[in-house]
Amino acid sequence: MTTPTSVDQQAVCALLRDWINPFLNDKARNWVDEKGQAIKNGSEEWVFFTSFSAVPRYTGKAELNLDARALEAADALRPGWKAGHWSVDQAARAMMALSVPSGDEAAYFATMTKVFNAADIGESVALYQCLPLFPHPEGFIERAQEGLRSNLTSVFQAVAQRNPFPMEYFGENAFNQMVLKSCFVNSSLHDIMGLDQRTNATLAHMLVDYAHERWAASRVVTPELWRPVGPFLGGDYMDDIERVLNDQDPAHQEAAALALSMSSHTEAVKLLNTRQDLKEKIDNNLLTWA
Amino acid sequence: MDIFIDPHIHAVSRTTDDYEAMRAAGVVAIIEPAFWLGQPRTNVSSFQDYFSMLVGWERFRAAQFGIRHYCCIGLNSKEANQERLADEVMELIPLYACKEGVVAIGEIGYDDMSDLEDRYFRKQLDMAREWDMLVMIHTPHRNKKQGTSQSMDRCIEHGLEPSRVIVDHNNEETVKEVLDRGFWAAFTLYPGTKMGNERMVELVKEYGPERIIVDSAADWGKSDPLAVPKTARLMAERGIPKETIRKVCYDNALEAYSQSGQMKEADWLTPNPVDQRELFYGNSVLRGGQVPTVDDLAKEKESLIIK
Repeated sequence: MTTPTSVDQQAVCALLRDWINPFLNDKARNWVDEKGQAIKNGSEEWVFFTSFSAVPRYTGKAELNLDARALEAADALRPGWKAGHWSVDQAARAMMALSVPSGDEAAYFATMTKVFNAADIGESVALYQCLPLFPHPEGFIERAQEGLRSNLTSVFQAVAQRNPFPMEYFGENAFNQMVLKSCFVNSSLHDIMGLDQRTNATLAHMLVDYAHERWAASRVVTPELWRPVGPFLGGDYMDDIERVLNDQDPAHQEAAALALSMSSHTEAVKLLNTRQDLKEKIDNNLLTWA
Repeated sequence: MDIFIDPHIHAVSRTTDDYEAMRAAGVVAIIEPAFWLGQPRTNVSSFQDYFSMLVGWERFRAAQFGIRHYCCIGLNSKEANQERLADEVMELIPLYACKEGVVAIGEIGYDDMSDLEDRYFRKQLDMAREWDMLVMIHTPHRNKKQGTSQSMDRCIEHGLEPSRVIVDHNNEETVKEVLDRGFWAAFTLYPGTKMGNERMVELVKEYGPERIIVDSAADWGKSDPLAVPKTARLMAERGIPKETIRKVCYDNALEAYSQSGQMKEADWLTPNPVDQRELFYGNSVLRGGQVPTVDDLAKEKESLIIK
């Protein structure tokens, strides 16, 4: 686990405000500012709940489509914060949620628990996307894992994808379950942050077991599954990876070769050497997991 | 294919087979008003989880079948008779009423026409006025005519415009007054207890299509989630003009409930990419608003093989 830096919520709110302003008319802009200020000043909980719900009625739901400069500004404020896929209503909801006073930790979590427990799909996505931005992040670890139990794919992905919170705060078991469930619900592993750093022998074992189950049921195994397995190839799993390397689908062959290239074990090196065509592409950076 | 809206159905009680059949029959959008579950609730958490389900899981589940799901939030009349519980539910309503896709406060009104029912009905009418929301009225099964009149009286007393109130479960005895007073008149095609669709055909012949809405109110009882498309077919067979059928089985519901700002035709005809991401993400078959064809569904159903 890496140690995240603390986040300046006020600076984040100011940046969010810059992003959404071009999308808002005067009425919406005033409404967002007024409600954000009221929440910040410790208004009654209902103001936060009803404003948070009503956001799309004022802001619409356009995609922000942030440019490279905006994304850099986000990363500078909170390393690892990815907002490239955020929409206007999500940003405005983030502003409201980040305005909730957090000085009294117990009162803060009482309010946040209520808003999470009553959240609809769109609200849940907005809240889980904010995980790396909230104050008292350790207090959100259980909540983040609850989000991963959702069968609403978009809610699951708000935690699992383009979000640095799991790599920074999850223990090994929670992180492993997130990766395994991603495979199970057809959610790409590509957008899981810190996958290569956080992979471990237990995860590799779980994923290979899962691949065996899928094969037994004549179902396709996502080629991405082999990425976190890669560093543990050699001795273990060599028959499996050989099977993938000989798959009819070139995407599966490529995944097997990439996984093999992540291991320095002699057996892995030897097997990869049987496919010089793929090895050369990998050596020249023409074939990557991206 | 003709498309339909079923503006009153309790989808949480229906199976995936029902969703498939509804979609295959042309139902593109549904409204699920909050109601009781047959088994009375005994604590407020049951209400909270139910409201969360209406704005969460059920919406997602419907979307997987290409059906856009909206809901109404409210305390039903039957359960308004437990005072302590009812008070707690009143505190929950502001947490849900302003959420996206909540088109009205409902279904609210009378069951036994008790004093407690009246009290919580009035409280919720005040909430609707305060938040500028529409109201869906459940008229009582017993004492219907008087209950319907009194429901409309209350709406007026509490400052609601008739054009923003949908009065449901009408019959031959109530429809005239509802229409004369400027409210929307919805009819529930529910076998045995409410309307039958042959009677519905006659009513449309008599009153025409203005402000008349057809729904199924299909729930956990013996009911029919295809009531709207079936009634449309029967109307066509019995010579009712196409435009009239479209009005009572689609346009009127859209016009009434789109006043909420939470429901528009584009939601299912040209869905917003953000909505698509939230509702369809990860489902390659349905992504981009594509829905399985009627043939696909039929073939899957007939097949002995489960993959």
